[in-house]
Amino acid sequence: MDKKQFNFQNMISKYGIVAVLILMIVGMSIVKPSFRTITNFLNILTQSSIYGILALGMTLVIISKGIDLSVGSILAMSAVVAASLGQTSTATSRLFPNLPELPVIVPILGALAIGTLCGVINGGLIAFTGIPAFIATLGMTTIARGFAYIYTNGKPVSTLIPGFRFIGQGNFLGVPMPVVIYLVMILITWVLLNNTRFGKHVYAVGGNINAAEVSGVNVKKMLLLIYTYMGLLAGISGVVATARMVSAQPGLAVGYELTAIASTTIGGTSHSGGIGTIWGAVVGALVLSVMRNGMTILGIHSYWQQIVEGLVIIVAVILDMRKNARKA
Amino acid sequence: MDNQEPLLRMVDIEKSFPGVRALKKVNFTVNYGEVHALVGENGAGKSTLMKCLIGIYKPNGGEICFENKKIENYTTAEALDFGISMIHQELSPVLYRPIMENLWLGREPLNKFGLVDHQKMYEKSLEVLKEIDLQEDPRTLMVNLSVAKMQMVEIAKAISYNAKLIIMDEPSSALTEHEEKKLFEIIHRLKNKGTSIIYISHRLQEIVSICDRVTVFRDGENVGTEEISKLTLDQIIAMMIGRPMTEMYPKVKAELGDVLLDVRHLSHRKFFRNISFQVRAGEVLGISGLVGAGRTQLIETIFGMRPKSEGEIYVRGKKVEINTPQEAIGLGMGFLTEDRRATGVFAVLGVDTNIAIPNYDRFLNSLKLVDQRAVDQGCADFVNKIQIKTPSLKQAIQHLSGGNQQKVLLARWLMTEPDILFLDEPTRGIDVGAKAEIYKLISALANQGKSIIMVSSELPEILGMADRILVMHEGRMTGIIENTAEVTQDLIMHYATGTVDDFADMELMGEVHG
Repeated sequence: MDKKQFNFQNMISKYGIVAVLILMIVGMSIVKPSFRTITNFLNILTQSSIYGILALGMTLVIISKGIDLSVGSILAMSAVVAASLGQTSTATSRLFPNLPELPVIVPILGALAIGTLCGVINGGLIAFTGIPAFIATLGMTTIARGFAYIYTNGKPVSTLIPGFRFIGQGNFLGVPMPVVIYLVMILITWVLLNNTRFGKHVYAVGGNINAAEVSGVNVKKMLLLIYTYMGLLAGISGVVATARMVSAQPGLAVGYELTAIASTTIGGTSHSGGIGTIWGAVVGALVLSVMRNGMTILGIHSYWQQIVEGLVIIVAVILDMRKNARKA
Repeated sequence: MDNQEPLLRMVDIEKSFPGVRALKKVNFTVNYGEVHALVGENGAGKSTLMKCLIGIYKPNGGEICFENKKIENYTTAEALDFGISMIHQELSPVLYRPIMENLWLGREPLNKFGLVDHQKMYEKSLEVLKEIDLQEDPRTLMVNLSVAKMQMVEIAKAISYNAKLIIMDEPSSALTEHEEKKLFEIIHRLKNKGTSIIYISHRLQEIVSICDRVTVFRDGENVGTEEISKLTLDQIIAMMIGRPMTEMYPKVKAELGDVLLDVRHLSHRKFFRNISFQVRAGEVLGISGLVGAGRTQLIETIFGMRPKSEGEIYVRGKKVEINTPQEAIGLGMGFLTEDRRATGVFAVLGVDTNIAIPNYDRFLNSLKLVDQRAVDQGCADFVNKIQIKTPSLKQAIQHLSGGNQQKVLLARWLMTEPDILFLDEPTRGIDVGAKAEIYKLISALANQGKSIIMVSSELPEILGMADRILVMHEGRMTGIIENTAEVTQDLIMHYATGTVDDFADMELMGEVHG
């Protein structure tokens, strides 16, 4: 009997937001035929990939009852590092004029290393000094952004090697590469959260940090790892963003942390910790990108789009809280 | 090796917190296969000693020997490895995760790829749950369990470590009778297997029936360890409070006045139905019943915290509709909640703020600003009158003992000068000395002509304090009895388990009408 109830509750929480997504897609398809083309759908997926990847890590962070405000800045920092290591030898304004043209793996690893390093610093501060995640990552937000500007002298870094063009605009079996990368990261993060001890402990840290502690979970190490993984994902997003535009500039991705937090939240991850799914983060990101794409096709001004987005986030959380209140 | 060497020997343990010396050169031993009771008033140092033992605190001095080996500087995880596990007093489940993940938290079974083996975890959980006779699917979320079942899961978890020493800190405080019996069986079984148990409880009866030795703590010191068979209950209490126990229940029958609260056919959609009773000025009405009988929900509904589905409430003879606690307070009601931590104290705020918070209206000056001097004066009066032990009015309430916190909360409601006061488990988790003082206060309030409605799971408390007793069973009223000398715990248990039911006929009629 209990098992049935368990599944039923799961159904509601899982499929409520999916119903919204499907309604939006069906509605748009009826109103605007130009919406329901393969090209447009792939476009939507590609658009959602960058903050979608951020939302995956953000899900872990928020389940652990934390927050990471710095991912947009870390993304920008990683992006400019990737771009600076990936300029062609013929580029007019090379950041490192004497650098030989490197294989694309080098700038990629550079970006991932920078992202991971920022994550380690975030996680280390939170775990070992005990300052709130909000504060630690707020500091990192402006620090990483500042470094990105210093590193580039405030200028865009462009004319990149063809390897980037493939990552940004190439495809694998017809699926755009950013989407492929997104899918791979979804799979990895999903397994990480659901099938590893690490994942179980993410829930435990957020659900009841004392229970985790007395059960022998190394809470400090967990916090460090969670923010490190978030940093790594920001680095990966940085590579995708760079590849998509075949350039990078330090003012990139301002406000992406909010989109990532919004995706996660719309997907039902609770800010009071211990509750959330990767599945939700993916659906949440899709809801946002379908909404943006749809409103653009409908000719709704981008200023209005922002207002609608804000309302959607608030409504999503209200519905979510109702759902949980019913349980209690 | 010396056979006389105990399993655990703690020698000259010292622990200080800023401003407090919590443990003063404490010596404590536990033998192999022994159930060793640890008793003492709250704040006496029992939990602190146990936290030193399990590795949550590091002692400032002394040494700990376990199985003849000196152990020091270890974490909780390492303590578990040594073979010491603990059932914590504060329920600590991860609420929105399944039972099985709570059971194996920190030691999840892995498959050959290093991933969590859910199937194995499920099977191992079934075994463990069977051992404690808990019929729940291991995949059920913790949040869907009753508090008692959550506690049973905690117990199952502590046992499943196969520890040599299990610390049980108030394990039975949330259990129903059936589960409590189960717990005692488990303890018996563990003991026969040679496992040692440190049993901390405020329920002395319980201790006498299951423990071999008892150690009494007072003010951070071990004031004595003795075979339990050599002590009487009164002797143990005298050791705990440092003086003989004279009168536990200072109940004085008060002059009964008018009916202040009249509840007629009150029902709640989910928790209870058709409850009717009256309470007079000067009367203490006890509400008894098992966990889940709907007692707390009943008084919460009267107080406007939950919507009623049917019935009427009259205050001083006038029909009222109460939709929010504010309205209830406006009608002269007060409510001391069951869970101090969750719904009572503002942990980091001072004693003064905690008392004054619903009462600031009466401390406004002519500019409608808070007159802090008047607040301080008002709070100081209460602190003196009901003897709250606090270094200052500004002390954060979290640093006070449970009993003193409870007194602060009582002061809060006394300051609002309610005529009708609801008390939900007013002495849960507080020590014997403070309990007696709370009872004295309750008696004094009744004498001032207040109506007191007291929900309690402790039958001696109900029998000692109530004028009349309303007993509930699964959301129904099974009896409302005059508390005379003939009323026994047994009788109340019969009502509470529904084997005696004075209103069975009415229930039938109600169903016909419904």
